[in-house]
Amino acid sequence: MEYGLDLEYSFNEFLKGFGLSSEIAHIIWLPLPMLLVLVAAVVGVLVTVWLERKISAAAQQRIGPEYAGALGVLQPIADGLKLLVKEDIIPSKADGILFTAGPILVLVPVILSWLIVPFGQNLLISNVGIGIFLWIALSSIQPIGLLMSGYASNNKYSLLGGLRAAAQSISYEIPLALSVLAIVLMTNSLSTIDIVNQQSGAGILSWNIWRQPVGFIVFWICALAECERLPFDLPEAEEELVAGYQTEYAGMKFALFYLGSYINLILSALLVSILYLGGWSFPIPVELIAKFLNLPINAPLIQVFTASIGIVMTVLKAYLLVFIAILLRWTTPRVRIDQLLDLGWKFLLPISLANLLITAGLKLAFPQFFGG
Amino acid sequence: MSIAITTQIICFTVLSLVVLIGALGVVLLESIVYSAFLLGGVFMSVAGLYLLLNASFVAAAQVLVYVGAVNVLIIFAIMLVNKKEDLKPINDIKSRRIISTSICLTLLSLLIRVDLTNVWSLSSPQNSIGEESTIRIGEHLFSDYLLPFELASVLLLMAMIGAIVLARRDVMNKDISTGLPVDQELIEKSSEPLLTNKN
Repeated sequence: MEYGLDLEYSFNEFLKGFGLSSEIAHIIWLPLPMLLVLVAAVVGVLVTVWLERKISAAAQQRIGPEYAGALGVLQPIADGLKLLVKEDIIPSKADGILFTAGPILVLVPVILSWLIVPFGQNLLISNVGIGIFLWIALSSIQPIGLLMSGYASNNKYSLLGGLRAAAQSISYEIPLALSVLAIVLMTNSLSTIDIVNQQSGAGILSWNIWRQPVGFIVFWICALAECERLPFDLPEAEEELVAGYQTEYAGMKFALFYLGSYINLILSALLVSILYLGGWSFPIPVELIAKFLNLPINAPLIQVFTASIGIVMTVLKAYLLVFIAILLRWTTPRVRIDQLLDLGWKFLLPISLANLLITAGLKLAFPQFFGG
Repeated sequence: MSIAITTQIICFTVLSLVVLIGALGVVLLESIVYSAFLLGGVFMSVAGLYLLLNASFVAAAQVLVYVGAVNVLIIFAIMLVNKKEDLKPINDIKSRRIISTSICLTLLSLLIRVDLTNVWSLSSPQNSIGEESTIRIGEHLFSDYLLPFELASVLLLMAMIGAIVLARRDVMNKDISTGLPVDQELIEKSSEPLLTNKN
């Protein structure tokens, strides 16, 4: 089922037209999607920061940022610039090497995970066979960076924050992976492209959220916990730990944590929309619309149109989820650490195990609905 | 030499250097925290080597299990019991070092011999299965490697039960370290009184 725009192929053909060898064309092509996705991630963070400020203001009946640009849209850029030009401080008794390496170790796996986020049939950096498993593996590196920066800061609040972050991340990874496993079981593939294609049969009706409602809720709770968003933001609980593992950080190193947490939030929202909400597919199948309008699905104009609809739908779904996450952050109280661990180990883990078992049973009983 | 092969050679050299230097650091560094973090780096580079061998699933599993679980738990444990105390000097440290070095060198010579005698090249290029390897690993785990797989899980279960027994004092009626009877009512009771009477 190979259809859709293949930008890489056309780009390589274009370069070969100038007499370049296919290898050199490939090397020129390679950095382009990576840069594009990096820029998309950073712009996504700017938008999310602005949304967070505006929505939190609305939730608290304030106005929020107003003067930097229309409706304060330039406020996140001002924030970023401020962090960029601030003095970089390493506390005198801190461990310099680990203190610097910590934020990098937090940010790099998150950005690497964007490798597998598809915005369309061919609109992703690499359709690696292990797909979603790569994200699970990469997200498990993050706690090392948090522990590292917590330890290197030489501050008891930082160390406690780092330990909490690691404990939280370990306990929520397991139900997260189990609910992804139920989806993989239905798809027979780990690739994100296959996961979306498997949901594209009947538009909104064939999205995984109807077949995996429990998995959807478990995944969303675990994703919020992995991002350390407010119902679960114990590692940086202001009232208890100052700012957790970030306490001693300033300037660009703090900005790396900030960027990492927001990129992670957008990534989680994108993955929820890919796994459960049909990814780039429109609520009504595009093929059906094209048939209704009597247009051939492979015509170049239709292809461009479907690709743009795909990108818009993916981003729209992700930002709806980001909106819910922001609303949750500003309306819910924080859980205690024992409640957090109880929820993870005694509630979500058994539920996601049962969900996996039921999915396997349903797959055997109704192979046409739950993937043969 | 094509660009792909050059890239592969550069990656291999860098990764193997990181593995070797990192592993030496894990063993030789005084600070246990640095050793633990370097161990994570070594595990990551080994995952990179798997990736170079086209075994992407094994690489991701290596990252998930060794870096994400084993190494995080090691660092976690080190930080929970992070006492700043110097190690006690050992009397016969020199003879111990000589013995351990000779054992390591023997093992190394054994490995080198295996490396030199074994035939590494695959019989045909069709043996490389790449992306399909995930499916193939699953098939093997549930057919001819089922018994080792199940045995490994039983081993993990035993370790888990053992850890629970050690951690929960109400399971045993004696304290393991002191031999004193344990107060069955409070599981999280500290061994020393938290508040002393000030009168």
